[in-house]
Amino acid sequence: MSARKTERLLNLVICLLATSRYLTKAQIRRSVPQYADCESDDAFERMFERDKDELREMGVPLETGSLHPWPDDEFGYRIDRNRYALPEVSFAPDEMAVLGLAARVWQQASVAHAASYALLKLKASGVEPDESSLVGIEPQVRAAEPAFQPLWQALCARQPVTFPYRRSGADHATERHVEPWGIVSRHGRWYLVGHDRDRDATRVFRLSRIVGAVRRDGEPGTVEVPDGTDIRKQVMTFEPEAPQGVATVLVRSGAGHGLRRRALTIEPAGKSSPEDDWDVLTVRFWDEESFAEELAQYGDRVVVVEPVTVRNAVVRRLRDVAAAHSGPGDAAGGGDEGTAPPINPQRSQHSHGSHRSMAPGSAEDAEATAEVTVW
Amino acid sequence: MTGATARLSRLLALVPYLLARQGVPIGEAAREFGISERQLVRDLELLFVCGLPGHLPDDLIEADWESGHVYVSNADAIARPLRLGVDEAVALLVGLRTLAELPGLHDRDALERAIAKLERAAGDAAAPGGQVAVEVDGHGRGAILALWHQALALGRRLHLRYHVPARDETTERDVDPMRVVVVDGRPYLEAWCRRAEDVRLFRLDRVVDAKLLDIPAAVPEDARQRDFDEGVFQPSPDDLLVTVDLSPAGHWVAEYYPCESIEDLENDVVRITLRTADTRWVERLLLRLGGSGQVVEPADLAERVRNKAMAALAVYNAA
Repeated sequence: MSARKTERLLNLVICLLATSRYLTKAQIRRSVPQYADCESDDAFERMFERDKDELREMGVPLETGSLHPWPDDEFGYRIDRNRYALPEVSFAPDEMAVLGLAARVWQQASVAHAASYALLKLKASGVEPDESSLVGIEPQVRAAEPAFQPLWQALCARQPVTFPYRRSGADHATERHVEPWGIVSRHGRWYLVGHDRDRDATRVFRLSRIVGAVRRDGEPGTVEVPDGTDIRKQVMTFEPEAPQGVATVLVRSGAGHGLRRRALTIEPAGKSSPEDDWDVLTVRFWDEESFAEELAQYGDRVVVVEPVTVRNAVVRRLRDVAAAHSGPGDAAGGGDEGTAPPINPQRSQHSHGSHRSMAPGSAEDAEATAEVTVW
Repeated sequence: MTGATARLSRLLALVPYLLARQGVPIGEAAREFGISERQLVRDLELLFVCGLPGHLPDDLIEADWESGHVYVSNADAIARPLRLGVDEAVALLVGLRTLAELPGLHDRDALERAIAKLERAAGDAAAPGGQVAVEVDGHGRGAILALWHQALALGRRLHLRYHVPARDETTERDVDPMRVVVVDGRPYLEAWCRRAEDVRLFRLDRVVDAKLLDIPAAVPEDARQRDFDEGVFQPSPDDLLVTVDLSPAGHWVAEYYPCESIEDLENDVVRITLRTADTRWVERLLLRLGGSGQVVEPADLAERVRNKAMAALAVYNAA
């Protein structure tokens, strides 16, 4: 069945490409054997209409025009060969090689298919790739998020979309209406940049937080991306641009390599005892809370000297970690008294909360904890 | 596209491809199009009965594959491929731009020429190409990446100083490069590590220093390349299973790391299980989570996390 239809469509394409004049429906019916076999005019009409739509959907430029200059004349059809054919383009072997590599980048099946078809069309020029200089290079782009495919299609069609979106920390999803401007993969995660119609503003969405179907929400070709829109920059504004400050931290020798690698200065800490050898580093940071997060993971191998806000944030985190792992029946305050500070139960409850919004200089800072006494 | 139009698309691409490669082996052409040889023969059989109006023998497409090599002729009307569709042009263009993001690539010049020609050939279809961007990390590390490429091209051994954050160590090792892969926007060197005597993956931004050695690389024949379909992080079923409860501030962990299971509990707590061969990174992760992650199992891991937190607090307070 399907083979028969393919045969019919192929004959139709060949017939309309081979003619320079517009062909009437009657001429087309006589020229394509599968149409000639149609039992009724109606059956032919229906079949032809559907075939036309499908060819146009495939990107075949099927044109209608009048056979003669005067009006009221019958319409005819043809395919403009110039608009149909890929323009003559000849790629050098090294260009073919990078094209070949580019076509293999996509791991997402439908996009990989589109890329390999594009490459096959370009290969019609007969040039074989010279891949000698690209040995062993395999970039891969994954798009595991289910929302990727429909958004990709919406972008290509310039069509608005709607989808249920769950914001970070929100417990339920809301339906969003978006004109897609672009999608960006950053650190392997996909983001959508677009105009949020409900909020009338530019918004960035993480594809992994789209929790249901992406549906079309308007006509194709209606999305206009404003001139000068830099989608990568939009996604980047999630991250602050200028560092917030410089911290002084003590790092045990042989530890904290991640910090050492980006330290502004590294000096021996001076008064260290032989068994407790420390260096003092100055390190730029962007956001106090995320910097504290990073520092806390080093445990007792890194100690913040200043600023006090970062030091407090680290101490608070460590206390919360200790409290969260204090074991069943053990109150949050349980700890090795004498070696560690008592844990404020309120503080540990607060750990699930919103310390990110804490303003500098708030009560949090007044809690300046003990001095650093490693030296 | 329906089955029929998908097949038509293939035929319209196949004919120009075959016309430019008279005598191509059936197997090679089938591979290029990602179909079986049997399917390719069926396609040729279909082409064979199609052609110009009239459909007399002279009008039909000629196709011959008896010898195992494919010859096609009398297909002038469809000798040129159909223009690139938007999704085709964008897929290829974004692929090229992703390559261009990779620092230290020798063929930058070829890449730029290919992008320019493709944009010209695709015309309007290439327009949305600027709306899809794939970022590749590697800023400022072009010199090391270039050294990787060089080692691969010359088949030489590399010496790496490599930072292992999970252990907070910088290690020294000789490696025999197998390939450079970019996964999730990050370049890695896959190589036979002579220290571990196994295949290892080295992330570009963790290479402190690299040196090209005057020794030929010797990758054992049984060294296996990894499959990255599921990402870089691929736990083994033998690894330890760790259960962690996450409060909302820690929910990102469930998105960020591949979890064996994710379960919503009461009070906005998400319970995840992860497999890991090395619990040290889990300990670090928990310290980082500042109480928004709580180890449920195994108990000794919970205790180690607690001890680490207490030890750190002691440094801040002890005399």
